[in-house]
Amino acid sequence: MSADGKFGDYGGQYVPEALMPAIEELTDAYERYVLDNEDGFMDDFRARLRDFGGRPTPLQRADRLSERYDREVYLKREDLLHGGAHKLNNALGQVLLAKYMGKERIIAETGAGQHGTATAMACAHLDMPCEIYMGERDINRQRPNVFRMKLNGSEVNPVTVGRGTLKEAISETMRDWATNVEDTHYVIGSVVGPHPFPSMVRDFQSVISEEARTQAREKLGRLPDAVVACAGGGSNTMGAFAEFVDDEETALYAVEAGGSTLEVDEEAGVAPNSASLTTGSEGILHGARTRLLQDRDGQIMESHSVSSGLDYAGVGPELAHLVDTGRVTAVNVDDDAALTAFHRLSQMEGIIPALESAHAFGYLESVVGPDAPDAENADDLGEYVVVNVSGRGDKDLESAIEETYERDIDIAPNMDEFTGGL
Amino acid sequence: MSLEDAFSDGPAFVPYLAAGDPDYESSLEYVEALERGGADVIELGLPFSEPIAEGPTIQNAVVRSLEGGMTPTRFFEFVEDLDVSVPLVCMTYYNLIYRYGDEPGPRPFVEKAAEVGIEGFVVPDLPAEEAGPLREACDEFGLDLVFIVAPTTRGERLDRIMEQVSGYVYVQARLGTTGAQSSVSDQTDSSLERLTDYDVPKAVGFGISDGDHAERIVASGADGIIVGSALVDIVAEGHENGDDAETVADRLETLARELEDGAVAGASQRPPHPERT
Repeated sequence: MSADGKFGDYGGQYVPEALMPAIEELTDAYERYVLDNEDGFMDDFRARLRDFGGRPTPLQRADRLSERYDREVYLKREDLLHGGAHKLNNALGQVLLAKYMGKERIIAETGAGQHGTATAMACAHLDMPCEIYMGERDINRQRPNVFRMKLNGSEVNPVTVGRGTLKEAISETMRDWATNVEDTHYVIGSVVGPHPFPSMVRDFQSVISEEARTQAREKLGRLPDAVVACAGGGSNTMGAFAEFVDDEETALYAVEAGGSTLEVDEEAGVAPNSASLTTGSEGILHGARTRLLQDRDGQIMESHSVSSGLDYAGVGPELAHLVDTGRVTAVNVDDDAALTAFHRLSQMEGIIPALESAHAFGYLESVVGPDAPDAENADDLGEYVVVNVSGRGDKDLESAIEETYERDIDIAPNMDEFTGGL
Repeated sequence: MSLEDAFSDGPAFVPYLAAGDPDYESSLEYVEALERGGADVIELGLPFSEPIAEGPTIQNAVVRSLEGGMTPTRFFEFVEDLDVSVPLVCMTYYNLIYRYGDEPGPRPFVEKAAEVGIEGFVVPDLPAEEAGPLREACDEFGLDLVFIVAPTTRGERLDRIMEQVSGYVYVQARLGTTGAQSSVSDQTDSSLERLTDYDVPKAVGFGISDGDHAERIVASGADGIIVGSALVDIVAEGHENGDDAETVADRLETLARELEDGAVAGASQRPPHPERT
């Protein structure tokens, strides 16, 4: 990364002028507190991640998956972090930073609700008032998370414009920030947005790969051959990859949501997937130049995924750059394969994963499973694979059961037993 | 006429409408009504799907215009079809400028804009730091690049913007997004004060909704006023009530006239302007 927050041609600061002074102030705070540990900020952050968050999270051998795939499969258990997802790493870091900066109010956007709940928890923990913007459609898909945010004392503001998902929620939060910029910090939920957000969020999330790297050496005495993580905006991805980027022997796979198809309906402005690394093109959205799902004119398309946490038309600029340079391989898994993987991990390992994380397992099945359609890539995964379980699936139970009922997922239990109440 | 010339003869009234709101033909009439109402420059919005700097009024205009089929290509046709003689400024977001044409980057968009007679650009998500390539293309084709100065813009940032700005500077009257307001912000006065030493016309926008607002803002030193949401409200209301385009155009002309008259009245109240060098 260069000083102005560019990753190759990606990144930068494409925001309204009213926000620029706040972004300059944040950049200065990021450099002092996060990079230089001024006032012991990073020590404070790490101590809170341990005591409040429950870090370190384990690196666990997945015995039955290891047998199924005939290689060592290890799980980085971010689902065991407080709140049930990796999101707390970033939310706690940013709310604490806002506190050190003397800000008095926190706002955040949320898609699946995981970032919103993590921010709400961090705000309660650090005694900061908090408002969360959430698309109306997502509010309906993720009701338990809405309750959690409210229980932690946050306000949840529904966003009704557009299709009411993450993209609209980000735009609306930016508008709030532009209005209340002097006393408010915007806790962005992923490695997206203007500099310094992509670098700062990566730094808060990189605790995942820092731990995994040490744990992997302890378990098998060497670094893994591959790390696999799902990718929407890309915060768990960058967190799981960051400390491995210089380890050339470790392959890095970013698994995007293939949705229902990779085909795009230009006329309707709809991309029925969220695979911006795989099918997107270069453009500018929400403060950064990156890869986007857009039509030929540059209008942003509506994305789709069965998992609302991956349902976003853009992706972090650093991840886009790592894919362009060949360091990270972008792959994708469709809705059906992700749902199947959701059931498989639940049945074989006793872990109900978030639908986001299920995409990473869907990829494993697609290259090294018994009927793997992409088996020619099997050797690239190597003998020793770490998969990031970015979150647990409790939040998804309702939608996973509904989606499974509507599809023909052959390994799923008899859904008639679940759907009486639907 | 150049943008700066449009500010030379008394205070400039700069109305905004989203091109193609709610449909192509009506929108042509609406924009032409603004000129009859006394517009000195017209800001024409090319709608982008993620208008992060806009409040609800203009967000809805963007949705109507996009649903009406507006695209960058149609926008250029729209400008060619318009029968107005005042300078036109295109207001849009950077991705549409960046993506237009066969090569990535702003040059093809600027070349086409120059060809259809656009005089300049306002790009709300493009701060001075990222504006180099667009500034270069504007220089190549002789177009102006208007920058927004916010109430939070001070010191070095202000200098950096004022080095790159041309045509006029868009003084954001208050923090927040676009939208009509019932009072004039104190932030306006202090923003104008910070800009006194810079030799470029200052047009104040964000929240101006009637002749009294216009008068007060010009009286406190603005060289022009920019009005968007109050005009877009008229378009929205006409669309919702199913009023015919001619009626809506007349209402736009009436409000435009009121704003223009307010601006002129404001100019007569202020102390003689120190000679510009």
